[in-house]
This record gives sequence, structure tokens and C-alpha cells, in this order.
Amino acid sequence: MSKKQYAFYPGCSSQAKASADNFVRSIDVVCEKLDVQLNEIPDWNCCGASIGYGEGGELPRLALSARNLALAETNFAGQDMVSVCPACWLASRETAERLHESNSLLAETNEALKEAGLTFKGEVKARHFVEVLIEDIGWDKMKSQVVKPLDGLKFAGYVGCQTNRPFGIVGESFENPQYLDKMIETCGGEAVAYDQKVTCCGGALAFSEPEKAQKQIRDIVESAYDHGADIIVTPCQLCQANVEIYQSEINKKQGTKFNMPVVYYSQLMTLAYGGTARQAGLDGQLIKAEKLEKIAGK
Amino acid sequence: MTTANPKYKNSFLKEVEANVEDGHMVKMCMQCGVCAGSCPLGPHWEHSPQKIFMMIRAGKREEVLSSDSMWMCTSCYNCIVRCPRKLPITHIMHGLANYAHRLGLAPQGQPTRDIAKLFWNNIIKTGRVNELTFSLAMYFKDGFGQGIKNAMAMQGVGLGLVKAKRLNPMEILGGHSCKDKSGIHKMIAKAREIEDRRKGFAQ
Repeated sequence: MSKKQYAFYPGCSSQAKASADNFVRSIDVVCEKLDVQLNEIPDWNCCGASIGYGEGGELPRLALSARNLALAETNFAGQDMVSVCPACWLASRETAERLHESNSLLAETNEALKEAGLTFKGEVKARHFVEVLIEDIGWDKMKSQVVKPLDGLKFAGYVGCQTNRPFGIVGESFENPQYLDKMIETCGGEAVAYDQKVTCCGGALAFSEPEKAQKQIRDIVESAYDHGADIIVTPCQLCQANVEIYQSEINKKQGTKFNMPVVYYSQLMTLAYGGTARQAGLDGQLIKAEKLEKIAGK
Repeated sequence: MTTANPKYKNSFLKEVEANVEDGHMVKMCMQCGVCAGSCPLGPHWEHSPQKIFMMIRAGKREEVLSSDSMWMCTSCYNCIVRCPRKLPITHIMHGLANYAHRLGLAPQGQPTRDIAKLFWNNIIKTGRVNELTFSLAMYFKDGFGQGIKNAMAMQGVGLGLVKAKRLNPMEILGGHSCKDKSGIHKMIAKAREIEDRRKGFAQ
């Protein structure tokens, strides 16, 4: 069967030995199992992330994303551009849509892009990998690959912000999206009721306003415990990093005893599809997901 | 009384409409306050987006541009999806923060302002984030002594990430990079030049 082809925009955190190194390993397995081919866009650059606005302004940020879109158009004509990072996706999609709507912004952006020897035609569509899974692959195929269901494990599906707002996944609500719970169930796990599903982890303010962000993170972790979850699952790199990394800080400062693993949906899929702990990137957890390691070892 | 920019004949709203990202939407706010109740950092700022919008219309230029409220935005986009008038509130907050920063009116030492600048300079240098040098620059932004203290406090986390192969100490030597750095630098300089001309920052 021929594989579905996409222009792939990995983003900075997906690079080797960067903060989501383990995430991308599990994405590779999922793609292999579901006949998806991600073609890495040559020489892609950072999207500017959420915090880029402060110094970057408007047009320089649009130019950054437009460069990636133009490179996708040039190198992989006719393919949608796919990101696994919500911030990359948001910046790319917002840029594509705004430049589509405004001829003057498109002209200005292209004037800047010319300096890098590129032109953005405005043809490519910027999509999230979750959209590819749901809309192009479908739930039936996702389920058909499960050989080792994650029986008996309870997960808190933590969607967070930018996979969900402002664009979100078509057909889902902003306040209570269902797809992540459905992914957990597709892998044979139990999705617990979870009231912090779309709470903000503090984003980049985890660095600049640690106490304010850690209050958010405390709510997110505490609620997962309160609802009986063994593990938090998320589609977002910054959610994963913030919610996992700062548990030890919160424990130190507030006397809590948090030790809740935080993993990606693709790690669950990899394990359910029969992948090893290493393929699933479980060696990349700061808080070991022992219950998942046990399933991987079966 | 506030001193308005004479160029705009006492109309701060017009100035915002001309120079701030999506500023033309400010006048659409109907003062319902849903944004104020939706912001995760709500307990921490003085002015909600709703208040900021009314202050803009009331011509309170200095109070708005020197407010640290916009810098509390986590980019969660709750306000955008809930606004009944569909104002792109997150974008306007980002735009106001950037405008205040460029004018030099944003609060000095505001931590998110400082970090936003460090982050941008970090990514433009090679075209990609260097997570190691960015983290170190953040720890040391308030001086060497404080930097050592911050780095010591976070060393457990740092070592954990290195062990998990999610942080590479070798990034100190340069790390990941785009090939066409010079093209990116020229592109960003040009984009900034066009924007500065449009927004009246050009010399």
C-alpha cells in the first residue's frame, strides 16, 4: 500500500537531543504502522513560538513562518505541511490564513522572503499531525493496529491550549474536546473524567513567572490524581515539559508528593501497536512511567 | 491628563488602529468582561483586556503602554475563542506589548519582556532555538550571582533532562542551526524595515 505523503515541519523541540526527542521517536513508529510518510522540509526554521511577539513584532514573525511554508511548497509541491508541535502549527496556519486574506501583507512578506531567495505562493495548507490521524487515517485504521491494549491503565487526557485553541480540531468543542480521550480508549486505556483538560500550563511564562505557572501546573496534576489517573497524556511538547519538569519544584516548595508521569498520545499508540519502551521514548521521561514500561516488557 | 502623541491629535485609539497588530478591532469590544473571566493569569494583572480596550478609547496612552498586564499573556487563546464579538484579543495583547516595548514604554525589568527578547535573539542567531543557551541566558539575565543561584536551583532538572537525552550539553558549542543563516538574517532585517516604515519607527 502506498504511503500518504506530507511535508514535515518538525520544529525545534523535535530535534535530536532536544526537549521532545523522545516524542518524535514514537511519532516515527506511528507513521510506520499507519502508512504515513513525513518528508522533512529542508532547512526549516523556528516559528517564533508564542513568546516571539515581544521582540519580533508582526511582519518578522509572519516572515519566519512564511519561509517554512515557501520551503514546503518548493520542495514538496501538492503535499500538506504537517507539524507535531502545536506552536509550530498555530504559527504556520495563522500565517497561511492571514497571508491568504490580505494581499498587502502577502506582498510585504514576500518582499522580505525575497532576501532569503523564496516566494510564498499561498497554496500549502498547514495542518497538525492529530488532524492527519483523525481526518486522513481514521479511527478504524488507528484501532486496527492495536496488538497490546493498555488494559487496566487510567489516563488523564490533557489537551492543553494550542492544539485546541484558537483553531482546534474540526468538530471538537473548545471547552471539552473528546479526541484525546478517544485516542486513549482506542489504545485500550481508560480515559478518566478530568476537569483540567484544557487548562493552560503557563506556557512560556513557566520561565518568566514560575510561581504563577506552577499554580496552573499544580491544578493540572492534582486533578489528575483526584480523578484516579495513573498517567497524564498530552499532544503538546510545552505542556509535557512544563507539567512533568516542575512537579519536583512544586514538591520542594509546597510539600506535595507529586510523581505523575506525563506522556504523549503517540507513546501510547506505539506501545499499543507492540513497540518497545525505547521506540515509545519511555527512556525520555523524567518521571518514569513504570506502568507503561511494564506493558512494554510483556 | 495623559500626554497623547501629537501626531495622532489626541486620539490614542487611532494610533492603536494604525500601529498595533489587529488594533482596528479594539473598537468592537462591547465590555462584556468574558475575557477578564477567562484568563488563567486573571488574579495577577491590574488591567483585564476589557479594561485595556476601554482605556485605549479613553485615550489613556501612558497607562496602557506602561501596563504590565499584556505581558501576563500565556497565549492560551481562551479569550479569543470565548469573545462573543470575535475580537482577536490574544493578538491585540501581543501587538500592544510589542508596540509598548518598541516605544520603550513597557515596564523595565518585566520578566516576560526580558525573556521574549532573549528568546527572539536566540532563535534569529541560527534560525532555530538553542534550548541550552536560552535556558542559561534566562538564568543569568539578572546578573552573575543570581544566575549561579538559579542554575543551582534547577540543576536537578537540568541533569535529569541530560540523562533523558532531552538536553544536550554540547549545544553550548553552537548546536542545531539552519544552513541559510544569512538569508534568514537578511529576511528578518527587511521585514523589520518594512514594518518600521509602516508603523512610524523608521529613522
